[in-house]
Amino acid sequence: MPERLRRSHEAWLLAVILVLGAVLAAIAPGFLTPGNFVDLIETYSVQGILALGLFVVLVSGGIDISFAATASVAQYLAAWLAARLHMPGIVCIPAGLLAGVALGAINATLIHFVRVTSIIATIATMSVYFALLMYFTGGKLISDLPDWWTDRIVFVQWQNAEGDLVRITLPIVMLVVAALFTWLMMTRSTAGRQLYAMGGNPESARRVGVAIGRLHYLAYGFLGFMAALGGIIQAHRVGESVPNAMYGSELTVLSAAVLGGASLSGGVGSVPGVLLGIVLLAILQNGLNLLGVSPYFFQIVIGLVILISTSFTMLATRGRHARRRVAAPAAGD
Amino acid sequence: MNAPFLRLSGVSKRFGGVLALDRIDWDVMPGEVHCLVGENGCGKSTLIKIVAGVHPPDPGSVVAIEEHDVLPLTPARAHALGVQVIFQDLSLFPNLSVAENVGIAQVLTGLARPARFAAMREVARATLQRLAFDLPLDARVSDLPVAERQIVAICRGLAARARLLFMDEPTASLTRAEVNRLLAIVARLKAEGIAVVFVSHRLDEVVEIAERVTVLRDGRKVGTYAAAEVDERRIASLMTGLELNSGIVARDLAGAAPLLEVRGLSRDGEYSDVSFTLRAGEVLGLTGLLGAGRTELALSLFGMTRPDAGTIAVDGRTVTLRSNHDAICAGIAYLSEDRLNLGLNLRQSIGDNIVLAVLDRLRGALGLLSGAQRRATAARWVDRLNIRIPGLDHPVHTLSGGNQQRVVLAKWLATSPKILILDSPTVGVDIRNKQGIYEIVRGLAAEGVGILLISDEIEEVFATCDRVLHMRGGRIAGEAIPGRVSEAALRAQVYA
Repeated sequence: MPERLRRSHEAWLLAVILVLGAVLAAIAPGFLTPGNFVDLIETYSVQGILALGLFVVLVSGGIDISFAATASVAQYLAAWLAARLHMPGIVCIPAGLLAGVALGAINATLIHFVRVTSIIATIATMSVYFALLMYFTGGKLISDLPDWWTDRIVFVQWQNAEGDLVRITLPIVMLVVAALFTWLMMTRSTAGRQLYAMGGNPESARRVGVAIGRLHYLAYGFLGFMAALGGIIQAHRVGESVPNAMYGSELTVLSAAVLGGASLSGGVGSVPGVLLGIVLLAILQNGLNLLGVSPYFFQIVIGLVILISTSFTMLATRGRHARRRVAAPAAGD
Repeated sequence: MNAPFLRLSGVSKRFGGVLALDRIDWDVMPGEVHCLVGENGCGKSTLIKIVAGVHPPDPGSVVAIEEHDVLPLTPARAHALGVQVIFQDLSLFPNLSVAENVGIAQVLTGLARPARFAAMREVARATLQRLAFDLPLDARVSDLPVAERQIVAICRGLAARARLLFMDEPTASLTRAEVNRLLAIVARLKAEGIAVVFVSHRLDEVVEIAERVTVLRDGRKVGTYAAAEVDERRIASLMTGLELNSGIVARDLAGAAPLLEVRGLSRDGEYSDVSFTLRAGEVLGLTGLLGAGRTELALSLFGMTRPDAGTIAVDGRTVTLRSNHDAICAGIAYLSEDRLNLGLNLRQSIGDNIVLAVLDRLRGALGLLSGAQRRATAARWVDRLNIRIPGLDHPVHTLSGGNQQRVVLAKWLATSPKILILDSPTVGVDIRNKQGIYEIVRGLAAEGVGILLISDEIEEVFATCDRVLHMRGGRIAGEAIPGRVSEAALRAQVYA
């Protein structure tokens, strides 16, 4: 029964996506082609990678909104090393990833040792990380990225009957790898189960001997890593590093994670849910685009979808609790 | 055989200026069922937390397990030594399954290891079997009733190879049948050589299976007694340090004017068909197990939730309470169960807290608040309730529990209520302040205020109330008049 309930959120999401996809396919020509669908996934691959990182922090019971700033810093650092110092990729990419982990570790330190509430700490670090980046770069973009970074890498490609070219590219592969890794870590490793336990009841976790500090570093460091990875992929896709290109994507990414069933109070959520959340956002945006609806309208739809989905979950939980309260005393008699 | 499993000598613990534990010497034998009793705030919880490695004791303290000094302790070290605590809140992970809660230790080793689900399930299955208990391994803990969650918590302790199990207030939310089941489990543990320490401020059901009883009072150990030597009454007087007179104060107020009349009040999932009358000057007790619907009922009487059916009348007039503002206007005040979170703003000054509910009445010229009136009102109540404070401007969190409770009382009394609902007013209050609060309650009743006293301490309602109602499963299950019914009989009814 509980297993079924837990799965049901993802099942619901899938149902909504299928219905929405069918409707859009019926009224928007060009929506339901493999080419469009694969393009869509590539477009959302960076946000997907960020959402996977954020999901881990949400499960741990915290929140982090500095990840877009972290991604920008890591991306720019790697780009600067590559374009200005002409360092090889084997240096630039690890340096960028390391920067992401380091910024994540600063968040973890503030949250674990200084005991600042995670949302406050990361609002502050978001502002500081981003402002430092703008201060030192003057907002100048780096457009002369080396070829090894910006060349498109296509793993598989084929042409379908209509002559559409369908390409499975590096961003898509990275999203899949990131999702697999996150899924394995969260469901099949000791660290993942400890994160769920900590998010479910932090005080109990401390009492049974979970090393809360290490888990904070793991969660925020992991998000920092994913943010840096996302940042590097984003530069790969657009072919340049713009300091403020990713800044402002925080809420879309958070929406995807929340739509996917992650709870802001921690301990709940799954990787398939997060991916479905991203897919839902992607087809909404793309579908409305194809229908020629104003982008402002899209924001309204996102807001409404989040409200409806979370209210639904809340109401369902409340219903279950009320029923249980009546049932409990009767069972004891 | 004669070496104790756990031995404490000279254990002290100071929190800021408060000495929570004062040179405690204590031991627990292997396979013993031991009872640790004392009033709220006597230091029981601090003692457990020291043995569990949550708090370090003050220098000079000795904690030994099997005669080896084990300080300094951490929670992980205490677990490794076989000390497990089942806290009152059970400390479970509501979002995880039964198997994961019981087998949590299987995923605590390191971070980058595969989680061994099969081993976890096996541990959970075997442990449940050891207790001859059947629970679905995949059920999420938040979906289980409280009694079964407790079983899960016990299993987790056993799965971690417990040799000494502390149970903090294990019976507080159980029915008698569930308590019996728990006692049967304890008997099994004892047979396996596991020592069990019950920590409780309730005596009856626990004393019947304990071998020894240790009494704490005000952070000191009063003594350890063979359970056969002491009865409930004797323990109660050891706990409080008072020769408890059976002081029944019940008066017959059937002739007094009805103040609050509740008829057929129901709210889906919380309480149903509740009817009673509270008369002027009456102290009416409302008791029952945790989760019986007492607090839910009180919240509706205070306008915080809307009943689905039934009527509430104040002074013979039917009222509709849409919000607590309506309730305050109707002359109802409510002192919540959780005074620290709901009743007080701890960081604000004592004065501001007292006048918070009557700001409307303190407006002077131009409708602005008058500082002088504010201070005068606060000072009047501080004086009247004999609250010991350093000054009106000090924040409330600087006061002791008993004095904080008086500040909440002052806040509501300032609204000059006709009806005062007190929800567990003496939880966390030491015995002297308890007596003080009872005196205030009786004094208010003598002035004609109708008081609804909600409490799960039978002796409290028995000794303070004119009449006692008890709830079970959301319904009023019975009524008793102290003196006409004995305390033991009332207790038996409530825990039946």
